[in-house]
Amino acid sequence: MSEIEKSELLDRFAYLSERESGDHLAVNCPAEQLIEFCTILRDEFQFDLLLDVTAIDWDVATPRFTGVYHFYSTVKQMYIRVASDCKDNIKPTLPSLVSLYSAADWHERETYDLMGIIYEGHPNLKRILMWDSYPYHPLRKDFPLAGIETPLPAEDVVEQTNLKVSAAPMMGGPFVSSGDGKMSQTEPKAKDESWNEEKGK
Amino acid sequence: MGEVKEVSVGDIGSRAAEADPELKAETMALNVGPSHPSTHGVLRLMMQLDGDSIKECEPVIGYLHRGDEKIAENMTYNQFIPYTDRLDYLAPLSNNVAYALAVEKLANLEVPDRCQAIRVICCELARISSHLLGVGVYGMDAGSWTVFMYTFTEREKLYTLFEELTGARFTTSYTRIGGVARDIPDGWLGRVDSFCKGVVPILNQVDKMLTRNRIFMDRTVDIGVITKEKALSYGMTGPNLRASGVDLDLRKDKPYLGYENYDFEVPIGLNGDCYDRYLMRAEEIKQSVGIIRQVIGSFPEGLYYSEDAKKIFAPPKDKILTSMEELIQNFMLVTEGPQMPKGEVYFEAENPKGALGFYVVSKGGGVPYRLKIRGPSFCNLSILSELLPGHFLTDITVILGSLDFVMGECDR
Repeated sequence: MSEIEKSELLDRFAYLSERESGDHLAVNCPAEQLIEFCTILRDEFQFDLLLDVTAIDWDVATPRFTGVYHFYSTVKQMYIRVASDCKDNIKPTLPSLVSLYSAADWHERETYDLMGIIYEGHPNLKRILMWDSYPYHPLRKDFPLAGIETPLPAEDVVEQTNLKVSAAPMMGGPFVSSGDGKMSQTEPKAKDESWNEEKGK
Repeated sequence: MGEVKEVSVGDIGSRAAEADPELKAETMALNVGPSHPSTHGVLRLMMQLDGDSIKECEPVIGYLHRGDEKIAENMTYNQFIPYTDRLDYLAPLSNNVAYALAVEKLANLEVPDRCQAIRVICCELARISSHLLGVGVYGMDAGSWTVFMYTFTEREKLYTLFEELTGARFTTSYTRIGGVARDIPDGWLGRVDSFCKGVVPILNQVDKMLTRNRIFMDRTVDIGVITKEKALSYGMTGPNLRASGVDLDLRKDKPYLGYENYDFEVPIGLNGDCYDRYLMRAEEIKQSVGIIRQVIGSFPEGLYYSEDAKKIFAPPKDKILTSMEELIQNFMLVTEGPQMPKGEVYFEAENPKGALGFYVVSKGGGVPYRLKIRGPSFCNLSILSELLPGHFLTDITVILGSLDFVMGECDR
């Protein structure tokens, strides 16, 4: 079933390209045609459930950000993954799917919040998990695990206490492995290499 | 005898406004939460009220955000298992299983029948545990304290079973990639079976207390109606979606863990109101009991972990201490993490709250490059700003209770 759908989709839409996938049917779709394609997916191919919207930060690669959508069809009982690259690495944008699926509202706000993708046409694109005045996008690869010192959201508390949100003390951990390369390079080490015994005290 | 006329309390404001056009009802801002007993966690609702009825509602979430996805990118696959306990912390076992299945899908790894059977029991016990709480506190939200006492007593017995199996009552961390942490203890299946026998009469008691209860029905029937189209559009899953009449249960539609071998029914609602959502959960507990009995009846022999998974599953401790090969295997596993191929997979499991999804992107090695968690409660809650307006203030607790969400999973 998935094979038929795949060839049907790829034949019909010249702008689609097949995406490597470990499981479900997956296609790459350019950002310009995303709304058009998703409308047809929903109305003709009966993908009635938008399960998930997210994005991947490829760090130094270009294009840096890829938006990923997962749809499910309750009629055909199958998944499809649609990926769309963001053209601009500095100010990544994608069209918003809120007009098609109400579920996109919160998902896109979350991806904007954590990854900094700007969804054009979103009616209320503001932060959802972090507080409104938070200055960073924490899921980007250049954001450190420990966090960055940031002003507290409540101004009255800051006035009285002069406190800040400070980076987490790593205390030599967590010990993580980079995962690729030779054994000598993948040996687990503290993420924050600036940490030492003196600093720990 | 005068004519009896039904008066709707909510109309008083508007009728007064009709009577005197100069008299405009002023809306009142009301804030509920983030710390409030009926919000089941740290959900905050900012509302505009007109008298007693809700005009606008804006849910505010994120108070329990811990950056689980960021953490996952910085540790090995096995190290992340304890973090999955803290997603839906009312059913940690099924989160463990869902996460392990997602990573195993990436590794293209099949676990033996015995391991699958253990995991099915874990999932279904977690479902019973979550729904017992869901129904119990729902009764409490609607004004019936007694139900909670009955269901929580049963839940306590479940905790004892979990403790015996995993060593912890709450944060179980039981699965490993490629198996489970340890085999089931002697006689545990028997105790699960007797729990199943004991819980059925309690469910009947709950049924007697709630299902035809006049007060409960008045407070839930036709309240918080979610149509089929709305539910789908908002990406709802699990019992909340099924209550709206959509036949979607991943255990049936996309069978995993050998669910296709077990005989069970998926309850589907008719109206999508708060009452239907209660009925779904009450029935699902009974179905889960049935599944567990079938698993116990045909419990397979064999290993509780996959033997082929040399670079993924830690070998038994006695072998690590006596054999060189296993020692190296264990060393590599601890230092580098379970070795995964490149690729990306998306796996969803039918959890008590809905479809819990993991999207894993791997560049190879022992650490995920990106791990996105799709929390069902996140999607189930996004409908609130559309669902609540038009209801009375008193309906909030009932609607929230009927959605049965968990903030740990919503905020991640």
